[in-house]
Amino acid sequence: METESKEKTNALISRRNFLKAGGGVAFAVAAYALLPELPVADGNAPGKGELVEQKIFAWVHLRTDGRITIYNPAAEMGQGSMTALPIILAEEMDADWSRVRIEHSPIEPQVYGRPGFGGGASMITVGSRAVSGYFDGLRIAGAQVRQMLLSNVAGKWKVPVAELTTEPSVVVHKASNRKISYGDIAEFMEIPESSPSVSLDQLKDPKDFRLIGNENVPRFDIPAKTNGSAQYSIDVRLPNMVYGVITRSPVYGSKPRLLNEKMIRSTAGILDVVVLEHGIGLIAETIEIALKAKDKLVIDWSEGAKAETHNSEMAPEEYERIAVDRNARGSSIESTGNVASAMKAAARTFSADYLNDHIYHAQMEPLNAVVSVAENGKSAEVWAGSQAHDSARASVAQALDLEIAQVKYNPQYLGGGFGRRSTSDYVVEAAELARVVKRPLKLIWTREDDIAYGMFRPMSLQRMEAGVDKTGNITAWKHTIVGTGSRLLASGARNDFYTFPNQEIELRSVDHGIRTKHWRGVAHGPNKFAIEAFIDEIAVVQKVDPYEFRRRHMKEFPRALNVLDTVAMMSDWKAKPKPGRAKGMAFGERSGSLCAGVCEISIIDGKIRVHHFWAALDAGIVVQPDNVIAQTEGCILMGLSSVLYESITIRNGRVIQSNFDDYQLLRMKDVPDSIDIKIIPSTEKPTGVGEAGLPVVGGAVANAFAALTGKRIRHMPFTADKVSRLLKESE
Amino acid sequence: MAKFAFNLNGKKVSVEADPDTPLLWVLREKLGLTGPKYSCGIAVCGACAVHVNGEAAPSCNTPIMLIEGRNVTTIEGLSEDGSHPLQEAWIEEQVPQCGYCQSGMIMFAASLLNKNKKPNREEIAEGMNRVVCRCGTYLRVRKAIEKVIADNE
Ligand code: FES
Ligand code: FES
Repeated sequence: METESKEKTNALISRRNFLKAGGGVAFAVAAYALLPELPVADGNAPGKGELVEQKIFAWVHLRTDGRITIYNPAAEMGQGSMTALPIILAEEMDADWSRVRIEHSPIEPQVYGRPGFGGGASMITVGSRAVSGYFDGLRIAGAQVRQMLLSNVAGKWKVPVAELTTEPSVVVHKASNRKISYGDIAEFMEIPESSPSVSLDQLKDPKDFRLIGNENVPRFDIPAKTNGSAQYSIDVRLPNMVYGVITRSPVYGSKPRLLNEKMIRSTAGILDVVVLEHGIGLIAETIEIALKAKDKLVIDWSEGAKAETHNSEMAPEEYERIAVDRNARGSSIESTGNVASAMKAAARTFSADYLNDHIYHAQMEPLNAVVSVAENGKSAEVWAGSQAHDSARASVAQALDLEIAQVKYNPQYLGGGFGRRSTSDYVVEAAELARVVKRPLKLIWTREDDIAYGMFRPMSLQRMEAGVDKTGNITAWKHTIVGTGSRLLASGARNDFYTFPNQEIELRSVDHGIRTKHWRGVAHGPNKFAIEAFIDEIAVVQKVDPYEFRRRHMKEFPRALNVLDTVAMMSDWKAKPKPGRAKGMAFGERSGSLCAGVCEISIIDGKIRVHHFWAALDAGIVVQPDNVIAQTEGCILMGLSSVLYESITIRNGRVIQSNFDDYQLLRMKDVPDSIDIKIIPSTEKPTGVGEAGLPVVGGAVANAFAALTGKRIRHMPFTADKVSRLLKESE
Repeated sequence: MAKFAFNLNGKKVSVEADPDTPLLWVLREKLGLTGPKYSCGIAVCGACAVHVNGEAAPSCNTPIMLIEGRNVTTIEGLSEDGSHPLQEAWIEEQVPQCGYCQSGMIMFAASLLNKNKKPNREEIAEGMNRVVCRCGTYLRVRKAIEKVIADNE
């Protein structure tokens, strides 16, 4: 990507509205977009769609040679947002995509943000909301730019604007057979005092889209990611740069006392030792010196932190007690009808407990950041990959007692985010060390640090209870979630696409004092696993096909039904599988997108082997179809990884696993023979795709396992030893 | 500290480092070749892969003293201009997501195809099993490799 000096961009942005920029025109387009959904913090009971009017600005820089720069406000962590957002704008602008280049926008949430949690503007990239959150605003912005181009040409040629049309980057006047390129327009372009107003109904009819939904528009970032040139913050090298490492509390909350400071300080190449609240930081001339000295630290850690009481292997017993405790009161996620009386009236009742372990983000790029603090302490510069570049910048400013404007921020590619990187603790740490040394500093977490001080998707127990009427349909539904991490456990617990007339969904929180965090799909993984496996159990016990059983409860939701029917067709659900194989199905929704999955498995050498996976996805209008397929493939594979292998053990507050040798991830040998994904065509508003394929994986695999073995596997991950234990039970 | 000389992407280089410094840090922090990535540091994820005398190997736990006199190729040196058939297939199949594992993927794939012009699925799985991709690009990695094999026919 060509890079323009950020200085220049920042200077441009500081002025209002528009200006003639070197070699062309820069548009600052103010648009009012109607965003039907207020993004809600993950896990909050989803509020009903509220109409919010929010100012959205977008930036386009058109040069006289026809090159167009579009500024991307989202973090690029692998989900393709940096291409998807500019496509939306370019579509309505009718830009020639081959002339578009993309640059990261300045980190100015008031200008580039979308409505954030709590109402303020935010540039956070989470919850698969980049495309859905910016869609209308960027379309309007693109249309405004096009309007301005048209009215300039109309003035020049003295023709009515209505007679003008556009082709990619060209304005056409059919009547006089004249054409002019956008670049040539930039030569004489006058930009009006205020942006032309464009309303949603003046935008393109989706059937006229050239770029949105076009399979042949590749991702912008991909070439640089095949030749080593894509830059992540860990790749940043600056003159005079030094290296920082930190050994952090092995038990969250314990405080360090360094016992061999003298010896460490006297090590050649060690520049400083920094005592932090949660660890000991080392600053060294080289990374290898820093790492060697880190190994030699002798630290006495304070005792008594709350996390010490947590033992993940023992926790399920406690959770079970809490789940059945009649006096325990949690917070209600859903309460409709009267579950108690519906249970009493039920022809038959069911109950089962499902469990999931703590799991780790394992983004391939360990956390790191580069920070440089000026000699006089009056300014700083940051290079970081964050899901929340705006709050990372603000947090650094706060840590260094600076104004936000005094912190220059250079967003970098992220080597994976998955929710971990919306907290910017690692960027602040780098600032804290850099402030001491007053030289540019690269802080690197080792993989061991990244796991030991990880923030995990929390373990939980799901107690499921249901009652069915004489026809076998579910009339009473009770879902009790017990675990740590509070609201992180709630997402995905609601059944918005099944009709269960009486429902109680409740969250009973236990605070273990450990670090927990959003993880791709948040609690949708555990909750959809429990819901979909339980529905399957209820169907199978009643000798009803689980697909038909789901259909019966989904009648009121045609979109969901269509997704389910599509995957049934794709997977030839009714066909008898080969001997030794079985299929399982699951449905889920995430960030507004609906997904249904079917997998076919067998057991080979005592391990679950997934041979095929089929998924149908309704995500509304899809901006980049091929990327959406890639995201869904990625979700299914990451989902399989978590469902088959991943588990973090915590004993007395300490994380037992340390690296990828004992925290196993899915590898090439485990990859199914095929994954087929079908995107349901739609003209509805786009919904999130970065996570939608993941929640169905646990249920699909567990249900296939039950179909194959007659045994219910109710505790993720479904490791070989769990499989063998279950199979032995039947003997 | 000692001096070590080796061939890097076809050019002679010499660096000063402690003999036990991992090759990865020498490449990334001293020589500025940041294509190979640090991820696990214990030779189990493949992100740091380079070719040493033509064969893919992790560079994170190979001490620089063992590299003296050897030929090292990083992703930056795999082709002049990113036009290795694998790199082209990678773009064609739109393989990378976050991209962090991808130099390791491509270096392992290149090494696999150097040894075996026509690996079957199992051999691809075997050859590529040392590289972890958290984003789950494995399917496309496999497709891109199979495309190169098919194009070679
Ligand atoms: S960083 Fe070398 S194999 Fe993982
Ligand atoms: S592309 Fe992200 S780890 Fe492979």
